[in-house]
Amino acid sequence: MTDPTPRHDTSTSDPEEPPPGGVLAESDEQVAAYSDGSEIAARSQWQLFRRKFFRHKLAMGSLVYLAIVVVAAINAETVAPYAYDDINVVMRGTAPTFEEMHFFGTDQLGRDYFSRVLFGARTSLSVAWIVAVVVGVIGTTVGAIAGFYRGWVDAALMRMTDLVIIFPALAVLLVFAALFGQGRPTRIGIILGLLLWPTLARIVRGVFLSLREKEFVQAARACGAGDLRIMFRHMIPNTIGPIVVNMTLVMAAAIIIEATLAFLGFGVNPPTPALGRLMDEGRSSMQTQWWLIVMPGMALVSIALAVNFIGDGLRDALDPTQQEK
Amino acid sequence: MLNYALRRFLISIPIIVVATFLIFWAISLTGDPLQDLRQQPNITTEQIERVRENRGLDEPFYVQYAVWVQQIPTGGFGEYLLSPRPIAPDLQRVVIHTLQLVIAAEVLAFIVAVALGTLSATRQYSVFDYSTTTLSFIGYSMPSFWFALILQVIVVQIFELTGVRLLPLANLSSPNPGTGLAFVWDRALHLVLPVMSLAIFSVASYSRYMRASMLEVVGSDYIRTARAKGLKEGTITRRHAMRNALIPTVTVAALSFGTLLSGAIVVETVFGLDGMGRYFIQMLGRRDPYPIMGWLVITSVVVLMFNLIADLVYGYLDPRIRYD
Amino acid sequence: MSDPLLSIRDLVTQFDTADGTVRAVDGVSYDVYPGETVGVVGESGSGKSVTVMSVLGLIPEPPGRIADGQVLLEGRDLLTLSDAEFRDVRGKDIAMIFQDPMTSLNPVLTVGSQIAEAIEVHRSHLSDDAIRKRVIELLELVGVPNADDRFDQYPHEYSGGMRQRAMIAMAIANEPKILIADEPTTALDVTIQAQVLNVLQTAQDETNAGTILITHDLGVIAEMADRVVVMYGGRVVETGTVDEIFHSPKHPYTLGLLSSLPRPDADLERLEPIPGQPPSLINLPSGCAFHPRCRMGNDRQRCRFETPERIDLDAGRSTACHYYEEMDAEIQRVQDATGAEISTEDEDA
Repeated sequence: MTDPTPRHDTSTSDPEEPPPGGVLAESDEQVAAYSDGSEIAARSQWQLFRRKFFRHKLAMGSLVYLAIVVVAAINAETVAPYAYDDINVVMRGTAPTFEEMHFFGTDQLGRDYFSRVLFGARTSLSVAWIVAVVVGVIGTTVGAIAGFYRGWVDAALMRMTDLVIIFPALAVLLVFAALFGQGRPTRIGIILGLLLWPTLARIVRGVFLSLREKEFVQAARACGAGDLRIMFRHMIPNTIGPIVVNMTLVMAAAIIIEATLAFLGFGVNPPTPALGRLMDEGRSSMQTQWWLIVMPGMALVSIALAVNFIGDGLRDALDPTQQEK
Repeated sequence: MLNYALRRFLISIPIIVVATFLIFWAISLTGDPLQDLRQQPNITTEQIERVRENRGLDEPFYVQYAVWVQQIPTGGFGEYLLSPRPIAPDLQRVVIHTLQLVIAAEVLAFIVAVALGTLSATRQYSVFDYSTTTLSFIGYSMPSFWFALILQVIVVQIFELTGVRLLPLANLSSPNPGTGLAFVWDRALHLVLPVMSLAIFSVASYSRYMRASMLEVVGSDYIRTARAKGLKEGTITRRHAMRNALIPTVTVAALSFGTLLSGAIVVETVFGLDGMGRYFIQMLGRRDPYPIMGWLVITSVVVLMFNLIADLVYGYLDPRIRYD
Repeated sequence: MSDPLLSIRDLVTQFDTADGTVRAVDGVSYDVYPGETVGVVGESGSGKSVTVMSVLGLIPEPPGRIADGQVLLEGRDLLTLSDAEFRDVRGKDIAMIFQDPMTSLNPVLTVGSQIAEAIEVHRSHLSDDAIRKRVIELLELVGVPNADDRFDQYPHEYSGGMRQRAMIAMAIANEPKILIADEPTTALDVTIQAQVLNVLQTAQDETNAGTILITHDLGVIAEMADRVVVMYGGRVVETGTVDEIFHSPKHPYTLGLLSSLPRPDADLERLEPIPGQPPSLINLPSGCAFHPRCRMGNDRQRCRFETPERIDLDAGRSTACHYYEEMDAEIQRVQDATGAEISTEDEDA
């Protein structure tokens, strides 16, 4: 079937010249109606990307939401109505209320739950951030080297990703978190990052493998460009899309894994609040005090969901085969 | 075919060896495994010394590891670090329990996901499609322990409101489960909530794949051919589209088997099930490397087995694949 | 002539795209008579495939939509049929052979079962054995050797030419009144093309179906077609018999097609290819869509602003050029320029 997709053709170069006088008298309308079929506005990649991403309502909403949460978490000391460890025995086990600003209620010791959840979210976000940095640096470097030079780095990377398929990831994470990770969020973040990078490396490797054979890379090589220059000037910029999309997935996964580790008792050390531990602690009285698990859970799910939606919007916007609707 | 299976298995052995070695090394790095033992008042120094000597704890860790590897073919997975009990019977028990949980979840997730993905793709951009897409995103973004807790709350709240005891909240069996069919039924009821908690992530993930591959298949030339023959849309979907779309979905489901075992760790902890996951957490708490290594070996064998089954299904679905 | 078997009347098919609505087919009309072969020529994007997909009711909606016109099969307008009634027509009264035999067969079903399915859906009373026998007959007819064994093989076990034979067998399984072949040989090796065209000829003789043969290969047209429809920018620009089209084209686009053919009796430098690119449907030139590339129009006002309507010259002979009367002079000019006779048929075969 003939492809109905419009061709974005900008090759015809004739500037629009005024129609020469002829048999027919020209009205202005006719001039306005004239077309030789050559004027189709060229859109740059960046414009196209921006346009598609901004159209993605869920991704835009998620971006705004996440920005608010991040700002609130960074300034948790000023935003939170109470300190996360302020004990108020009188208010023990209060359900969510606007009175005295216990929006999320209080826990068994009367600590303000909104403040605890906010500080917990700060832990989640900082872990996610560290994981993203670690995964981004290691994954991109290893993937680039494996895809560019092949050789033993490539072989080792492939075996490493086989490992991920054969063993349950959480089990391996738990072993390392149990042995080295308990402590500050930084520590958990680095441990998770050190274990989560192979997927990104594999993606970068794949893109590099195909880019290696592309004409513009061959051309750069023919011009005498060094390996590093080719990688940084020509190949990395073309890999940014998949890297960014994968980073959002890794961040969402890191948030959930951190919570799971904390829930199982292998997360950050007390007293630093973590959403997972809040739920573990709230579990014993969740049948009467539902907010103890619902509130931190909602916070966690909404953050992970927002990150995933942003990733989806980015993927759609970066995908050249995706038709605009 | 057997040849192929054997080859797949042999390739994996070095990976298993390296992984267990790394785990053993990591555990040995974290100091004295007998530390906890020393703190217990009712254990004498002589007892501790005896353990130290028996298990060769003074040897370098690689010697200890070699000893462990050597006894696998004959002695199973050896004994616990601190007590002279064999590990194998415990592992066997928890593996059987976990397989019940995980296989039920995998089958349920696969069926639901295939149905959702197919309907979503054949009604692209409909309300149904948008709802399943959104739900699958939520499924992705939700830790399974939280979903499990919420299910428990719901079941209890239903009991408080109506007095109906819908489903058991914990354990694998009732105190007196009975025998035969009664036992099976009792087990099935106990597994409903855990299976749901475990399956939710897989449903979200597989249905995305099914939808994507259905959309790709639906746009392909042979679907147009089928339409040009005058076939009904339902026939086209069932006979021509679904079978092709299942091929990548089966692969994804098989490769995700490890993910389900990860999920089992969490779900078994929440529901107090005597399975591999809870066993793993307990052993991790005790810092005993031997049961953990045995656990990893068993897990990898189970995962490999399921990959093999997936390969068989794959070969059945796609006549272009031949193993030799 | 007798009544046409299939009559396409003022067909308009649109697609919604991000940049607006595209008229892929804009007021196309042509007829197909029993037993004849109508060749449809045009560049990609000329609407030739979209027209036949509309005839078969295979335009994906959305984004596609048949906005106007009629498709009359023996006087019955197919576009007014319900989905179920249309399904009865597809594969029975009108059958289609697609361009790419490598992707047009379902890879996970046996070839035999896919042909059998085409019979089964329209003749449910036949037994499985009878259907199998019929499929094997069909496979033999289209020249698939060892048809009995080949029945149970999968598409990947067939070569490209064999697959296209199987596609032809599938198309003629119900002895259709109209057979549509959309670029049936384009995806095949040159050596296989002639064989497949022969099979197509046999199949047509067997069923006496009116055939629509879509191609951009004028050689195939010269070989197979009785009449020709030339399409450009979603419209029919010229119709006529093969002789008329090849000897005295009445539209500069047709002449352009003919004179851009490399031929053994002329130097390559003396070819006169059509300048420019096929038009983008999203922004068709105003007036005559061909005017920016036309060597004859000389940018006249009428060409630039006034869309030429179909001018009937004779029964089955039409053009859509304001200045078709100047074509004789233009043909002369091209012949002088390229030094070759336009229009001898053997050069195209």
